[in-house]
Amino acid sequence: MKYTLLNNDDKALMLKKIGVSKIDDLFADLPQDILLDKLDGLPEPVSEMEIHDILKSESCKNCSSRMFLGAGAYNHYIPAVVDDIASRSEFYTAYTPYQPEVSQGTLTAVFEFQTYMCRLTGMDVTNASMYDGATSLAEAVMMSARSSRKDKVLVSRAVNPIYREVLSTYAWAAGLKVAEIPLKGLTTDFSAVKKLCDDETGAVVIQSPNFFGCIEEPDAESGFTALKEEKKLDLIYTVTEALSLGFLKSPAERGADIVCGEAQSFGSPVSFGGPMLGFISAKERFTRKIPGRLIGLTVDSDGNKVFALTLQAREQHIRREKATSNICSNEGILAVKAAVYLGAAGPQLGKLGKLNHNTASYLRESLLSAGFSSISDEPFFNEFMLRNGKSGFDSAAAGAGFDPGKYYPEFRDCTLFCATETDTMQSIDNFIEKIKSGSVWK
Amino acid sequence: MEIIFNKSKKGKNSYAVPQWKGKDYQLDGRYTGNTSLLLPDVGESELVRHYVNLSKKNFCVDENMYPLGSCTMKYNPKINEKLASDPGFTSLHPHCDCESSQGALKIIYELEEYLKKITGMKGVTLLPAAGSHGELTGVMLIKKHFEKTGENRDTIIIPDSAHGTNPASVAMCGFKLKEVKSTPEGDVDIKSLEGMIDKNTAGMMLTSPGTTGLFDRNIKKIAKMLHDNGSLFYGDGANLNATLGKARFADMGFDIMHMNLHKTFSTPHGGGGPGAGPVAVVESMVKYLPVPRVVKKGGQYSFETDFPDTIGRIHSFAGNFLIYLRAYVYIRLLGASGLKDVSETAVLNANYLLALLKDEYNWPIKRRCMHEFIINDKGFPSGITTDHISKRILDYGFHAPTVFFPLIVEHSMMIEPTETENRETLEKFADVMITIKKEAFETPAIVLDAPHNTPIRRADVVQAARTPVLKWE
Repeated sequence: MKYTLLNNDDKALMLKKIGVSKIDDLFADLPQDILLDKLDGLPEPVSEMEIHDILKSESCKNCSSRMFLGAGAYNHYIPAVVDDIASRSEFYTAYTPYQPEVSQGTLTAVFEFQTYMCRLTGMDVTNASMYDGATSLAEAVMMSARSSRKDKVLVSRAVNPIYREVLSTYAWAAGLKVAEIPLKGLTTDFSAVKKLCDDETGAVVIQSPNFFGCIEEPDAESGFTALKEEKKLDLIYTVTEALSLGFLKSPAERGADIVCGEAQSFGSPVSFGGPMLGFISAKERFTRKIPGRLIGLTVDSDGNKVFALTLQAREQHIRREKATSNICSNEGILAVKAAVYLGAAGPQLGKLGKLNHNTASYLRESLLSAGFSSISDEPFFNEFMLRNGKSGFDSAAAGAGFDPGKYYPEFRDCTLFCATETDTMQSIDNFIEKIKSGSVWK
Repeated sequence: MEIIFNKSKKGKNSYAVPQWKGKDYQLDGRYTGNTSLLLPDVGESELVRHYVNLSKKNFCVDENMYPLGSCTMKYNPKINEKLASDPGFTSLHPHCDCESSQGALKIIYELEEYLKKITGMKGVTLLPAAGSHGELTGVMLIKKHFEKTGENRDTIIIPDSAHGTNPASVAMCGFKLKEVKSTPEGDVDIKSLEGMIDKNTAGMMLTSPGTTGLFDRNIKKIAKMLHDNGSLFYGDGANLNATLGKARFADMGFDIMHMNLHKTFSTPHGGGGPGAGPVAVVESMVKYLPVPRVVKKGGQYSFETDFPDTIGRIHSFAGNFLIYLRAYVYIRLLGASGLKDVSETAVLNANYLLALLKDEYNWPIKRRCMHEFIINDKGFPSGITTDHISKRILDYGFHAPTVFFPLIVEHSMMIEPTETENRETLEKFADVMITIKKEAFETPAIVLDAPHNTPIRRADVVQAARTPVLKWE
């Protein structure tokens, strides 16, 4: 299979016009000793039908039947309209909208995404997307550090451990210091912040619902709110299950200065972890410090309201080494999907959140009755962690839940469960039957 | 301007959330109720019309040639899309056991092997989610290398013609930047470079071929100068389409490189993304690659994270799987001969288009090009610039070239036709360019006021930045 379109007559005519006798003459600037006759080691080309069959057989080797699994990627029903719109080649075969006159489709849809995310988070500004939740957290921390000129950040142990690993990679490279805020039960021990906070500390990172599914709430007794004011700390609020934003109080109402994380739940499948949909939303004072693309409203020469990329003086192609980030490509088509998804769900988004909460609560209650035990009674959204029963639960054998032991040795005998609207009461009951029959215990 | 929020009217949305028939579990009111949440109330048919009408205001590569230099806007095969939407891949949870994801892991493993063959490198990671993410990863590898050797090298050299992502990636890793000049002929100025390389030089980043569309004729010499000094040579593979299947980056002397799968390997650009930016390295750098890595043992594939010298994790999961799945399909369809045909045709197309335009437009660096070339507005009537020309191109149904980049050529127009255009389209584009030049002299107002036939007229980008409105109120 090939997608080139020149026949031999074309080639001859073109070479003649160029003034060379053969194509290799056009490669004369390359060291001639490195030119290849043919690359070694690649499989022979196949037809479209053959690659279709090859990939089908690979896709069949994936048995994605694992249930009640979240931990950063969430199974939600995607309304048919989402893929129908996003699979229009006008959207997916366009480049970054550098020429606004022929890009109003992408620009409008992503401006809508920015608006949706501002409304969901309660923030003033949202960029046109980041790679994923983990890198959006790393970039949010760097944005805060640039703004505060302080190089230490405190990160709760209840933040997704993979996000913390990515943050530590970025922080190592950039020369930032990261310290961990311990847990109290399954939430952040906000009273420990004071001790950890020194003059170099510029930000505190939490996640809510946190990695264990619990809703974080800095309590009055911890003194965190007062400390945040006094030390002018940025509260970086990470969200990995974006659907929670439609049901819970907004991060702004909980004191967030920057909200970042993952919006894959809005219209994109889990896709073996990529592409995902990272985002950064922030208060107005970060408008000129935020990384990535921003789309703004303006007018055209006829005076009509139109959209265009804006505040590009922050970006790498203008600012080079002084840019707010090196990000260039983002997750554009996923932002379009999110806009369509949120338009489809519209005012029902809260109800969908409620259904998630009910389903997860039912699963939790059923598991408790089947031998699991509670670790804490912190409120949660659609994800929660329980201690496995006395004889141990094998999440791999059960094909359900996430085993946190690798990241949290203290929770080696626990399982993190997630339930969404895609899990029915019947599927939960069947699972509980399986548990009660004993086949999934070690 | 049409925006979904303007179409909202109470009671139209009837999206049906399934009924919950069990107990209603109440969550304390102090946790629930997002007060800033105002979502539009529209029906599905309105939603569809809104986005279908918006889509018609987008230019896309399925419509016509998109000669955006260094962006490689080639045709995106439809089979890629079909296979990447297979539920066996899309519904695969990233935390599922490796036993349940053998098909996906095999694709990752094999694609890494293919990219090793294509680049001549010994190790590949598919984790970076975009080209710039690949660059950042590559610069982190450089940092890690010198941390391990105990050398305190704090400087990276970058040519003045580089993409902005190069210096930005360097800055994010705490390196100092030294900019090396290009010669008037578009090569790195070897003399200047000689004076810059010293014991602090960690490495140099070079796009190959360069952003001028020219292959640096001293590439092996540059590699030797760096290696003799113990410095690393980073290859920016944004323009890999020019040498695909024809020459390998390892043979050019690079130690580290990234590729852009959304450019060279035909995955669509999605109006901004997602892309994928795999990084390939020579043997001595393999140990630093990020985790997780896919390992094959006894016919079974698994993700492994336990590598003591790794830079660590750089992505929430394992990178943009569905994007590199498309690249896998593309490589299998084309094979070695097809990949070579890609670069040969891309270079032939660019040179042909250049031959059609070089007598009509100013051609600042008079060398035969690789996959793209630069012309500019010199010789146009005063007041008519690259900016106006690019807007006028839109009126004729083509996308504009990359403009005002690279910075080393004044008012640059960087034109990359790619290999998936036929001869007639190249000729049509050349005719348009020649017509615009004629218009500039005969009816300049048409060019100055362009565009005229596009969905909107010229957007005021200055105003957009002066009073930023970044969300709908």
